[in-house]
Amino acid sequence: MNNILIMPMLLPILAGVILIFLRSYGRIQAWVGIGTMAGTAAIALYLLDNIQTEGILRLDFGGWSPPFGISFVADSFSVLLVLTTSIVTAICLLYSIFSTSKAQSTMYFYPTALFLVAGVNGSFLTGDLFNLFVCFEVMLLSSYVLLTLGGSRKQLREAIKYVTINIVSSWFFLVALAFLYGAIGTLNMAHLSARVAEAGQGPLLTTISIVFLIVFSLKAGLLLYYWLPGSYSAPPIVTSALFGALLTKVGVYALFRIFSLIFYHQPEITHTLIGIMAGLTLIGGSLGAVAYDDIRKIAAYNVVIAVGFMLVGLAVSSPTAIEGSMYYLIHDMVVKALLFLLIGTMISLTGTAQIGKMSGMMKNYPILGWSFFIAMLSLAGVPPLSGFIGKVLVSEGAIESGAYVLLALSLLSSLFILYSLLRIFKNTFWGETIISKEDQVPVKKGFLFPIVLLVFLTVAIGLGAETFSVYVIDAANTLSNPGIYIDAILQNAQQ
Amino acid sequence: METLIIILVGVLTAVAIYLLLSKNLIRVILGTAILSHAVHLLILTMGGLKRGTVPLLGEEENTYVDALPQALILTAIVISFAVTAFVLVLAYRAYQELGTDNLKSMRGGADE
Repeated sequence: MNNILIMPMLLPILAGVILIFLRSYGRIQAWVGIGTMAGTAAIALYLLDNIQTEGILRLDFGGWSPPFGISFVADSFSVLLVLTTSIVTAICLLYSIFSTSKAQSTMYFYPTALFLVAGVNGSFLTGDLFNLFVCFEVMLLSSYVLLTLGGSRKQLREAIKYVTINIVSSWFFLVALAFLYGAIGTLNMAHLSARVAEAGQGPLLTTISIVFLIVFSLKAGLLLYYWLPGSYSAPPIVTSALFGALLTKVGVYALFRIFSLIFYHQPEITHTLIGIMAGLTLIGGSLGAVAYDDIRKIAAYNVVIAVGFMLVGLAVSSPTAIEGSMYYLIHDMVVKALLFLLIGTMISLTGTAQIGKMSGMMKNYPILGWSFFIAMLSLAGVPPLSGFIGKVLVSEGAIESGAYVLLALSLLSSLFILYSLLRIFKNTFWGETIISKEDQVPVKKGFLFPIVLLVFLTVAIGLGAETFSVYVIDAANTLSNPGIYIDAILQNAQQ
Repeated sequence: METLIIILVGVLTAVAIYLLLSKNLIRVILGTAILSHAVHLLILTMGGLKRGTVPLLGEEENTYVDALPQALILTAIVISFAVTAFVLVLAYRAYQELGTDNLKSMRGGADE
């Protein structure tokens, strides 16, 4: 039994519960939160190392061996994401010490953020579809609270949209689960995979898989992203950064899991559909990213483009492309948090979110400017930075399997990302300084430190891709060969 | 019996969708509540309706009822309860802040 597997979910919950009692101490809450996340990251590192030697780890709750009980499963893919989640959240919480108002930090911001992470980590680690639903709901409920925290008019209005859409998509999730249970008679993912392979993926199962596709697309913002830009630009910036870094990625993770482990028998239907949706997402996201003058909207549309790009990898589904998507997923969590934090700092310095109203910030805030520059290059996929390797591998996979339309769209979308961010960079950092030396708000060290940390991380992921390629290759390998996963869960259970 | 329940699920879903599409916020919330009840019934039906005894050892029977759907529904009910409670509070706050419960007139300008 690997009881430590539960820790990435349990630690944040326990810390969150304790923090509820420390409500009036904002600083202490923040540091406890950061400590918890650091602990989770350490556990994830330990697990990641263990998986390489011992294979996929499993924890059966209550000793009920699969497929009967609920189990947590840790393979390289999920643990890599848990690790990135913990690190990114720790850095976002560090930023929040300086950016959130006293009123907000004592209004249960930190406990809710920790519950959000518990839900996210739980979704990554669970090996049971219904448990995935439960973890999704933990995450969503926390995200509802985070979105409305502060209670401004805009937040409340966007929250109503966001909550309603997520209730409907959760409903679809339950419908799909009900039909799947009726058709196959199990909800354990490995067992499902084995049984679907046995019975063959007929029209009924393909239909169910498409319902799952709709559910996770809504969560990931794949094509059905109408709700995303509004709700990601309404809340305070730390919340936006957490949302941009974590929430959509859980949907992407679920799509990868479901369509590479369970429903991989009819790629000409399901994966083609994913490909079409990814293509349309790339187009829509690119248009959105260049259409707005509000920098928060531009950042939100960049989230949409990234989701489209990662799912090109799933649509192509060759081992190379999946490996590329893994790299890109990790890169994107880091760099999206960076982008939102940068934009939040720019807004708090100038007091506006409109491109036209800021100018010449480079002179006053050089570190901020160069951080933005690096973030921009990383997002566009310029070589030494983290975005590059994912883009190359996904493109290589697309060429191998002849998906030229998707290849063209994903490369064009990189240009759109570059253009949309370059527009921000050119208009806000270059040009005449509007703010005179006397009126200039000094940028706090506390704002810059987390940003520089994330910049360092994106450079490190790019330059050090070699060192953690072992884990990524293992993750991609497990995803491409469902047999490994099934054996790890079901074979040992018979003993 | 299964057919009857499935028809009931259909009717409930239709009612819920009708309510969801209305302009009034309270109606939308009622719609979401009914929607979740419909899916709970669906899960129950998918597990097969009662044909045997309780799934306990020592009940000398040939057929047992599948207990899993009931466990699933129990969890789903708790979650939908929590979400509905949250949405009701959200609706109340939105009504206080925006001064309306009509979704059409909640629309705001580009930058308020």
